Formats: sequence, structure tokens, C-alpha cells
Amino acid sequence: CNKDLNRVPINTTTAQDVFSTAASTKEALAKVYGAFALTGSTGSGSSDLGGIDAGTSDFLRLYWNAQELPTDESICAWGDPGISDLNFMSWTSGNILLNGLYNRSLYQITVVNSFLRSTEKPASGISATDLTHYRAEARFLRAYQYWVLMDLFGNPPFIDENSLIGTVPPKQIMRADLFKYVESELLAIIPDLAAPKTNEYGRADQAADWALLARLYLNAKVYTGTDRSTDAITYATKVINAGYSLMPKYKNLFMADDNKNNPETILSINYDLNQTQNYGGTTFLVNGCIDGNIPGGPSAYGVPGGGWGGNRARSPLPKLFGSDYTTSNDSRAKLLQGNVYDISSVSTFAQGIKTAKFSNMNSDGTTPANASVYVSTDFPLFRLGEQYLIYAEAVLRGGTGGDMATAISYINKLRERAYGNTSGDVTSISLPFILDERARELYIEGFRRTDLIRFGEFTTSTYIWPWKGGTAGGRSVEDKYNLYPIPSSDIVSNTNLVQNPGYGGTTK
Amino acid sequence: QQTHTISGVVTGQGNVPMAGVSVLIKETGKGTFTDPSGVYKILADANAKTLVFSYVGYRKQELPITSDHINAALYLDSSSHLTDVVVIGYGAVRKQDVSGAVTTLTTKDFQKGTITSFDQMIAGKAAGISVTSNGGHPGSGGTIRVRGISTINGSSDPLVVVDGLPFSGYVNPNDIATITILKDAASAAIYGSQASGGVILITTKKGTPGQVKLNFNTQFSVAKIKKYVDVLSANQFRNYINTNPYFDSTERSLEGTANTDWQKEIYQTALTTNNSLSISGGVGKLPYRLSVGYLNQDGILKTDKMKRTTGSLSLTPSFLQNHLKVELNLNGSLTKNYNANQGAIGAAVVYDPTQPVYDPSNIFFGGYHQWMNGGVLNPNAALNPVALLMQRDDESKYNRGFGNLKLDYSFQFLPELHFIANFGYDVATTNGFTREDSTSANAWKANNDAARGTNNIYNNKNQNVLAEYTLNYDKTFSSIKSHINAMATYAYQDTKYTNNNYRNYDFAGDTIPGSTPVLYPTGLQQNSLVSYLGRLIYTYDEKYVLTASIRRDGSSKLAPGYRWVTFPSVSLAWNIAKENFLKNSKTISTLKLRVSDGKTANQGGIGNYQFYPGYYLSDNVSKYQFGDNYYNMYTPSPYNEALTWETTTSANAGIDFGFLKDRISGSIDVYHKHTKNLLINALLPVGTNFTNQLIGNVGEMVSKGVELNLSLIPIQTTDAQWTINFNAAYNNSKITKLTQNPDSSFKGIPVGGISGATGQTIQEEYVGQEPNSFLVYKQVYNSQGKPIEGAYADLNGDGAINPIDDQYFYHSPYPKWTLGFSTNFTYKKWSFSTVLRANIGNYVYNNVASNMGVARNMAINNYLANASTDILNTNFIGSNSYDMQSDYYVQNASFLKMDNIGISYNLGKIFHSDRTNLTISGNVQNVFIVTKYTGLDPEIYSGIDNQLYPNPRVYTLGLNLNF
Repeated sequence: CNKDLNRVPINTTTAQDVFSTAASTKEALAKVYGAFALTGSTGSGSSDLGGIDAGTSDFLRLYWNAQELPTDESICAWGDPGISDLNFMSWTSGNILLNGLYNRSLYQITVVNSFLRSTEKPASGISATDLTHYRAEARFLRAYQYWVLMDLFGNPPFIDENSLIGTVPPKQIMRADLFKYVESELLAIIPDLAAPKTNEYGRADQAADWALLARLYLNAKVYTGTDRSTDAITYATKVINAGYSLMPKYKNLFMADDNKNNPETILSINYDLNQTQNYGGTTFLVNGCIDGNIPGGPSAYGVPGGGWGGNRARSPLPKLFGSDYTTSNDSRAKLLQGNVYDISSVSTFAQGIKTAKFSNMNSDGTTPANASVYVSTDFPLFRLGEQYLIYAEAVLRGGTGGDMATAISYINKLRERAYGNTSGDVTSISLPFILDERARELYIEGFRRTDLIRFGEFTTSTYIWPWKGGTAGGRSVEDKYNLYPIPSSDIVSNTNLVQNPGYGGTTK
Repeated sequence: QQTHTISGVVTGQGNVPMAGVSVLIKETGKGTFTDPSGVYKILADANAKTLVFSYVGYRKQELPITSDHINAALYLDSSSHLTDVVVIGYGAVRKQDVSGAVTTLTTKDFQKGTITSFDQMIAGKAAGISVTSNGGHPGSGGTIRVRGISTINGSSDPLVVVDGLPFSGYVNPNDIATITILKDAASAAIYGSQASGGVILITTKKGTPGQVKLNFNTQFSVAKIKKYVDVLSANQFRNYINTNPYFDSTERSLEGTANTDWQKEIYQTALTTNNSLSISGGVGKLPYRLSVGYLNQDGILKTDKMKRTTGSLSLTPSFLQNHLKVELNLNGSLTKNYNANQGAIGAAVVYDPTQPVYDPSNIFFGGYHQWMNGGVLNPNAALNPVALLMQRDDESKYNRGFGNLKLDYSFQFLPELHFIANFGYDVATTNGFTREDSTSANAWKANNDAARGTNNIYNNKNQNVLAEYTLNYDKTFSSIKSHINAMATYAYQDTKYTNNNYRNYDFAGDTIPGSTPVLYPTGLQQNSLVSYLGRLIYTYDEKYVLTASIRRDGSSKLAPGYRWVTFPSVSLAWNIAKENFLKNSKTISTLKLRVSDGKTANQGGIGNYQFYPGYYLSDNVSKYQFGDNYYNMYTPSPYNEALTWETTTSANAGIDFGFLKDRISGSIDVYHKHTKNLLINALLPVGTNFTNQLIGNVGEMVSKGVELNLSLIPIQTTDAQWTINFNAAYNNSKITKLTQNPDSSFKGIPVGGISGATGQTIQEEYVGQEPNSFLVYKQVYNSQGKPIEGAYADLNGDGAINPIDDQYFYHSPYPKWTLGFSTNFTYKKWSFSTVLRANIGNYVYNNVASNMGVARNMAINNYLANASTDILNTNFIGSNSYDMQSDYYVQNASFLKMDNIGISYNLGKIFHSDRTNLTISGNVQNVFIVTKYTGLDPEIYSGIDNQLYPNPRVYTLGLNLNF
């Protein structure tokens, strides 16, 4: 009976099964994308990751926390593990949210690698063009996640399609080398990606690739010490000329039907309250920014069963729209709520201006069917508005290939949408203005930490905001906080890794 | 040669005639049994000089044949390990040949009262065996641990073998004759890969030849809750909300005017009846025993109920002049459960006491009070506990049948050689449904539709098959004073679990939109285990015993190349009391030294197919949108090709002693266990798998312990007998290896999730610590001894309180010492007994106090919630994220419990029939607890007190009739 020991699962599908038909190959591609939209594959309680609460293990929620909570744009009232360290810039390598993000990014990369390995030899029945696109998109998502890891953690472990499952611990890659890798990948896949606006909604095309290159080059000096503003202008220009236009109404970018008639978003993370459910993503962004006391109640935001009362702005953000934002004609300020600017008790959500920017309502005022807590709003990972701002900033930073007049005109496009007319137009721009305009345009979209670091204001005393560094008035913190630590759980498991400076352990 | 008939009566405890006592002529080996009146008759020839009377649980007695009429009075054997034959794995040995750490308990040792599962019978009865109740839900049983734990994510449950079947099937406690626990690896190694948690061998009662014997046992019991969780009364609650400045007028306006004690609303006085009837005897040469049982048990939680019917049949005939012995055991049980929604337990603790149970205006939710918000259910609030119970109907039927057929053939030409074949089969099916009313708020929360309700069905089937073939050679070589018992076995075992998958249905029977689709209509899990094993027991001169065994296991759960493992064991025993210098000692009656070493493994923690790479399709709420379509996601599963056996080597040294004809007897054992390739949900180097944590073989762990068993018989006369048993065990387990690298910010793998804050855990696995140790902040107290909110000791002195850096390890849930005490006093027809247990050094995290002892959770999101009375001590707001991680909530849960106290009276014969005997008894279980722990019950296996189903106090009246 020793042959009975060779038991294999009868209801399990092998890689061979999956990659033998066009339909199932596309379902595998759905996971390549879904890895950054969902926490797991079996409902909102499931997680691809261990050691972290399932509902908080999705990419956007973790990325957002890491990019927004330490900044002037947000502070969270909850006592959940890891939150207050981000609020107060006192994180250690044991921070569970940073650990989750690091793992989530590398998880998606692992899924991409496996997808690339399994599709090296095209199976019959799948069109070669489709497969070329799939593979290039997978490489794009991998490059995107390596960009995230490079921006936040600097020197992550490196794996690609040659790294087999369950084998040797990966080697570490240094930030400057990773920059080269991300750049070379993004450049290499351009011909294999679909032309702008020709791919299915939710899938990356050349414009997404250019948009990421523009973002990468804008921040290149932080990563490598070398300014690449000229390249940022080049690729932002490609995107701007690719046929996108601004969504006529700013708030419609962040509503449940933002997947319909959206001329601005280049690539989004897609959610659906019936078919793509989790407790992260935009569900977190909508519910986390309001509570039961929001005017109109949670129902006014399409989440009658929700409203978790967590994230709201620190006082500098609303004041970017004037000392009393409610009197501003800027429609972007009209998404803010409340009149208590100052936060004396971080855990009291009633204090602080609410950034109720994301909503689960449709733009026509209707509520999607079955709405309760989950949200259908898609998150704009890349949109035209950001590319205008990149162009303008790169010009101000001395990049060539662009000009100031065009830069000002791009900024005024954003402001004309915000004001509904030209009353908000500017005639000159400066770098400090760009930083503020980015906050006005892109607040709580996950840019702020990267922006403040690029402007040298994240850790320094140049700019102090309430509760920065953990004191109510704010204070500067050590420069080591410009980079997050490699999570201790990986330091103890992978002997190849060296910790980032200042976070204990051995450093290079 | 002249033969003559000898007859007499054998009596036992309280001078009651004993049936089924073995009566043997020592010189010739001829024997018989007493009939139900205790009478025996035996034909003796001229060589017959001595009669030997023996009965399980009683001390063997030898009487010289001085006349034709010899009566015998048997005494209870106080020290359980003195029974003559001890069941060990794959066979039985004479007690004197036992060389490992083995404890045997028989009927007289078992705990009494309303016993519904065997674990309850052995609690507190043997050193190193701990039984922790899983709560008061009917049929929920207990967690048994043999010598603590030696794994993290493997299974610590002992293997339970019923009549040779390793399937832990349910046996009516009234059918159990003996329970033997193999504690050290040398004894357990014969069960190899299943034995790291120890082995419990259960033998059921068998028929004895002779007259038909009937036994009827009936019990009636009343269970009442002992203690409620301490929460604020309605007036205290109103007062707290109204006077604490933390709350504002909006929150105060939510208060109601009712005074509801929600815990009283959900619990009830529960009745149980338990009846068993057994018939045993022999039809010709066919000894049989047939028993039926019926248990009808209510839970103290309203709507909780279990009805169980059991039947068992045992046939033990012999053929071919006793060369072929056949043993057939069949057990069946039909269980019907009415499962209360245990969510009501937590809800009753937390629900606002100022609100009424009913709110007639709330037609949406069946007239129960529920927290509403803007006309719909407030989804953040707790649900009405009474509604949770009354609006659910959860019924299941669990039917199980298992049994084995054992053929033991001794060769006519070589009677010392046996060929034994044992075939076992076990099948269990579960069918059930969970229904919620259309007005159920609970269903609304799940389905987001007030008029849907739920009606979900489930069914599954478990099938186990066993086949074993054994050659056994057993012979005494008088000339060289040697006894040899050698065996070799091939065993095959297969386990198959089939689950039928259904969609979720609503009350009307319609599919709930968006509910999990059925990808595969059935799920199948199957694994096989193939084993080869052998054992030699060599005894020299009755004094020296060498036991050596070896087993080789292959499991389908592991990949080829990692599949097979070998388990050797060796043990030695020296019966010092039989040496010439002690043989005639009047003081020392037993003295034996034992040493052993052996290896076991743990396959319980390894799932099926974990080495196998596969993909699974996501469910319908986990799709991704491309274009206008949503696609299910094909997801690669994590897998570990290199998964292998977690093995434990364990060394044991022990001494058995007995003084004054064993009136004082006992044993002391010391052990050292070392687990390698610890199965742990290990941290993977990130990027090496489709997850970051996966069950793998990473760490090591060491356990050390000492055990003492002591039995005393202070009084032993015809009229009175007093026995005392005491046991004590010390155990300490530590993780000795866990990761590849040290890191200052790494304090282990978090485990032990707690309620009250998303993702928070309170325990860690870490090197140098006990498993599941608490990792906490050190609370700072004011001069009045009250904890200061948010103030913790800055352990690393950096001026800030940070996670990990300022947290420290503070105790574990596992007791350092476990103690058991039981005594039995019999005077004439009266008998009195009690059992006490104590744990010392176990700590519990009071999650009820930490989650509910803060103002923050009393009024949030437009509803009110009750608080633990702990808030009156702390006045905590709970705004600091570290508050729940304070060592203030990790409390010393050492305890002394009286498990059981009972009295019984033997009325003797009734209806003027000598064949009858009636005993009535009264019993109280869960009599009292002495502890400093402030929560409901200090005995919580996980160490996290999160609203356990309370164990009630149970009053039992019993009646036992033999006829």
C-alpha cells in the first residue's frame, strides 16, 4: 500500500491547468493585478499575508498609511498596532503596518514572477499579442512595486522570474541599483505594452508606464543623487499628449462611478462593493475618513453601514485653502468638513478637519446597489493631474524640454477646474507653490511623504506641523526617518539583509 | 486423581457480592468466574493448593485451599498502577514488566457525577495529565495535555486509541473499563508519528462468561451558572456615563430607562438525564456485552441542548481450543445538537443594561431592542443577546459508528507464536443547518438585508480505515530465567474527509446574491499512513526488563524524500524489590527503577497536500475588474516541498515504590524532551513564497519536568477503607531556536489575537521564552496602587515608549505546577469521595477587562456598551494604543478547584433477590474555586479570557442497579 502515500489533491488546479487556456490565463492575470487590490482571494476576511490583520493587509491601505499618516495631510485616531508610530514618526523595524506593506509589495512581485515563469512558452489557444501584453503589464506592476519599495524602504530584497519558490533567501539590492533596474524595465517593456487608451479599463498601457517614469525621474535625486528633471519632462509630456483630459468635476474622480466616462485616470486600482470586497482600498479611504457625525451621515457617502472615524487632516492642510477653507471658492476645499482645526487629543476624531474626499456615491447622487460598508470607488494610481504637476515642478527644477509658460498653463488647467472659472489662475509659480498645489490637488492620494522628502521638509525643522515627532506643537526628527526600516521579521529570517541606517542591527 | 468441588462467595467494597471475579487454581491454571451473586464453583484436583482471586481494580488475593468452602473479600486497589496487566500500545504486559512512564486508571479512579466524555473522568487523577474544560457547551469536552506541550503549530493533543483503534471515537463513559496513558516517548514511540502529544489507550468493558448480568445506571442532574462576568449594573452604568466628563450630552441621551441584567436573560437552569443499560454474560462459549445509553443534556445557555444515544456491543469468542480468539467491538452514537448562538455570551456582557430586551416598535427586527442608527441597524453595535439566541435555530445530527475485528491465532504447533489481524473501520457523518429568522438582526449584518434571514446547510463525512497484521512471540524460558515477548507489525491507516459545499441561502431558501460560489461541490481530504514496527521485551529473572522498539512511518502528507521517519526507543527497568536483600522486607513491597529514551513525531499539525503546488480560483466577492467584466483570480497557493517531521526525543527516569504491602505507594518521574524541526508558522525570507508565513520546520524546543504520584491507604478493614491519591507535576517548556538572525526590534512571532483592537496580539513565540508568553508593557501605578492610564515603564530608557523596545515578556498561560488530590472513604454501605485540582503559575490575559474596562468603548458610533467593573478601579478612557498591551491585564490565574464531591449509599439487594444490588449517589461538580484571578474562570487553556461558555455547577442524583 505504499503507493497510497502518493496522495495528491483531487480538487486542486496545477499551473499546467491554469496556463493551458486563454480564459484561465486571464484569470491568473486577474490575480497579478488583484494582488494589490485585495487582501486575499476568499473574501474580505482572507489574506495572502500572515502576521497582520487580514483587513489591513492590502496594498493601498498600507501604502496610504505609510505615505500620509506621518505627514501634515492626515493623522489617525485609532489605537490599532503601528498607527501611532506612523502618526508620531517614531516607528521601529517592528512596525506591523510597514511589515505588511513590505510583504504586500514583495508578494505582488512574487506573483508576477510566477506568472512570467509560467507564460514563457505560450500555450496554444492564447493570442500572442494578448500574451505579450499580459507579460509586459506584469513586468510593469513589478516595476511599480519595486519603485514603492525603493521609495519607502530603499534597499529591499530582489527577486525576479529566475527566483524559484521555496529556495534560497534573496539578495538585497541597493537603492541606486534598484533605480537602474526599475528604469530599465520600464523602458524595456514600452514596445510590448498597449498604446495609450487602447487597453481594457483597469489594465496598464504605455501611458501608465510613461507616468511612472515621469514620477521616478522627478524623485531621482532622492534615490540616486542625480537630478533627472529633463527626463521627467520628457515622459510627463508623452502622457499629457496621449489624449487624456481632466475630469470636468474634481470630486467625480473619487466617486463610485469613477470607472465610467473618466478621461483623466490613466491606471486605477479597481474595487467593487459586490465583486471586489475588502476592508482596505477605497473602502478604508471612504469609511476611515468619516464617522456617524459627518453631515448627512455615512449614507451621504454611500456607506450607510460604515463610518469608522479614523483619519483626518492636521491644521496646515485646510489652511492651504485660506484661513477659513469654507469660504474658499476652490471646489477641492469643498470636500473638507468640520470647523475644529486643532487636535489636542489624537484619539478624538471630532477634532481635526475631515478629508471626506472619497465617496461611494455615484456622481448623479444615487447610491450603488447593496451599499453598506464596502465601496465601489476605483483608486486613481496615475492620473493626468499629477503629470501636469510633475511637468511644472521639473521645469522649475531646471529640467529642459519644457517651458515655464506651458507649466503655468498646466497648473491653471487644474485651478480652472477647481474654481470653475479662471478666478483662481496664477501668473507665476515657484517650487514652494508647487508643493502646496500638490497638497491641494492630490491630498490623501498617497503622495505626501514622497513630496515632503523631495522638498527636504519631511524630517527637518524647515517645516513643522502639529504632532510631527509626537509633540502637539511638532518638532523635527532624525533624518533616518526619510527611509523606513527593513522589517525586523525579514532581518531575522534572511541573513543577506542589512538594516537601513539608524534602525539598529548591522548597517553598511 | 481425586477431584473435589470448591465453592464460595466473593465480596468487595461494603461486603457486596462481586460478579465476574476471576477465580484460578494457581497450580493448574484452571479457572472460572463468579456469578452475579458473587458465587463461584470450581473443580480442584489433588495438586490444587492455592486459589487466586482477581478483578480489575482490586488487589489480587491468594488463599490456600483449606476446605471446600472458601469465601474471599477483595479490597480496592488504591494505587492504579498495581493492576496486574497493563495495556501498552499493541499489546499488554504484566505490570512488573512495565519499563516506561505509564499511568493506568480504572473504574474506581474515575471522576464521578455527570460525566459526558472520558476526559472529565481523568482530570486531576494522574501526574502530568492536565484536562482543561473547553467550556460548558454540552458535548464540548476538554483539552488534554500530557506533560505540557512540545510543539508550537503541531498538534499537542494526545492520540486516543479505543480498543486498538487510533480514531478517538466517542465512547459512552459507562462503557470504559480502563484508561492507560503513555507519557514518555519510549512507551509512546510504538505509535511513532502520532505520539508526540502522548497516547491514551481506552479499553471498553467486555463480557465475562457466567450468568447474565444487567446493570442499569441512571442520573439526573441540575446545572446552574456559578458566577456572572462582573459588569456594571444599569444604575452603575447610568451613573458612570452621567458623571464622567468623557461623555457628552449626545451620548448620555442614548441611555435607556430599563434595568436589564443581560447575563441573567440568556442563562437558564439546565437539566440532564443520563441513562445506561448494559447486559453481559456468555451464550455458550460466546462472552458478550451489550450496552445502550441515552443522554439528554441542556446547556445553561438558553436554546443549547444535546441528545445522544449510544450503543456498544462486544463479542469475545474463542475457537479451536482457544487457539483462535476473536474480539469484535462495535460502537455507535447518534447525537442531535441544538446549538445556541454562543455569540450571545459576549453580547450579554457588553450590551447596554439600560436598554430593555424587547422593543415592540422595532418591527424590523422582531420586536427586540437593537441599536439603530438613522433608521437602519447600527452595524458597529453589539446585537441583542436574547435575539441572537431566539432568532437562530441551529441543529445538527452527528452519527458515528466505529469498531474493530481482531483475530488472534496461536499456532497449534507453536502456541507461543501468535498471528494477529486487526481491522478497524470508523465512519461519521454530520448534517445540519443554521437558520435565522427573516427579522434576525444577525442575518441583516451578514447579508445586509432585513428581510432575508439565513438558512444554511452543511454536511460532511469522515471515514477511517485501519488494517494491522502482527506476529507475536511470547515465551518463558525457565531454564535461563528469561521471558521473551517479541512482535512485528505492519499497519495501514487511511483517513478520508468529504465535505459537501453549499451556497448561502436566505430564510426563504433563495440563494443570497454574492455569496461564495460552489467551485467544487465536494471537498475531499485524504491521507494515508504506512507503518512497520517491532518490539522486544526481555525479562530476566523477573528483575530486569529491557524493552526496545522501533517503528518506521511514511505519511502521504509529506513530499517524497521527506516522507519516512524511524522512531527507536529503549527502556530498562529493575525490580529491586525482587532482589534477595529486599525480597523478605516487610517494609518495602515495591521498588522499581526505570529509565527510557525514545523518539516520537507529530503529524497532527501538518495539513494534507501542503507540499503540493497548486492554484485556486477566488470567490465571487474577490474578483478583479478588467474592462466591464469581473474576473475570478487564479491564485497560486503557498507550499512547502521541504516540509518534514517534527520529532521529539524524550528521556525519562522514574522510580516506583510501595511500602507496607503497598499501603503507601507511588512513583516519581523526571523527563527531558527535546523537539527538533519544530512545526511553526514560520517567517519566511520575504520573496521566497506566495506568503510571508508558512508552516515549516524551523525551531527547537526543550521541556523538562518532574512528576509525583502518591497513594495512601490509611484505613483498610472489612468495614472501612480510606484511600488518598495525590499527584503533582512540574513542567517547563522553552523555545530554544526560532530564527536565522537576531534583531533588536524582533521579539518573536506574534500569536494570540485579542478582541478590541484590529490585529492586536498579546503573545509571542520567542527564543528563551515559554511558548505563547505574554509580551506587554509594564504598567505604572500611582501611590494608591491604581494603574495610571497610558503610563508605562520606559524599559530601554530612551525617553519614549515604543513597541517592542519597551515591552517585556511576562509569564505564560501554562502552569508551572499542576496538582491533583482525590480521596475516597468507604464505611460499610456509605462511600464518600472528592477530587481537588490546583494549577500554580499559570497566567491569563483578561481580555474582558481590557476590552470593556475603558470608557472609549462605552459610547462610540452612536450606541452605548456596558463596561467591566474593572473600569471602577482604573477609570481608563482607553485612548492609548498601548493600553490593551499592559501587564495590568495579565493576571495570576493560579487556582484551587474542587471538581467533585460525592456521597453514595449501597442499599444492597432489593426485591428480595440476592442477584440485585442498588446504589444511590449524590454528587456536586465544580464545587468551588479559590483564585486571585478577577475574571470568570481562571482555567483557560489559551491564556486569553474572552468570554468562555461558563462551566456550571452540577448537582447529580444517581442510581445504579445490578440485577
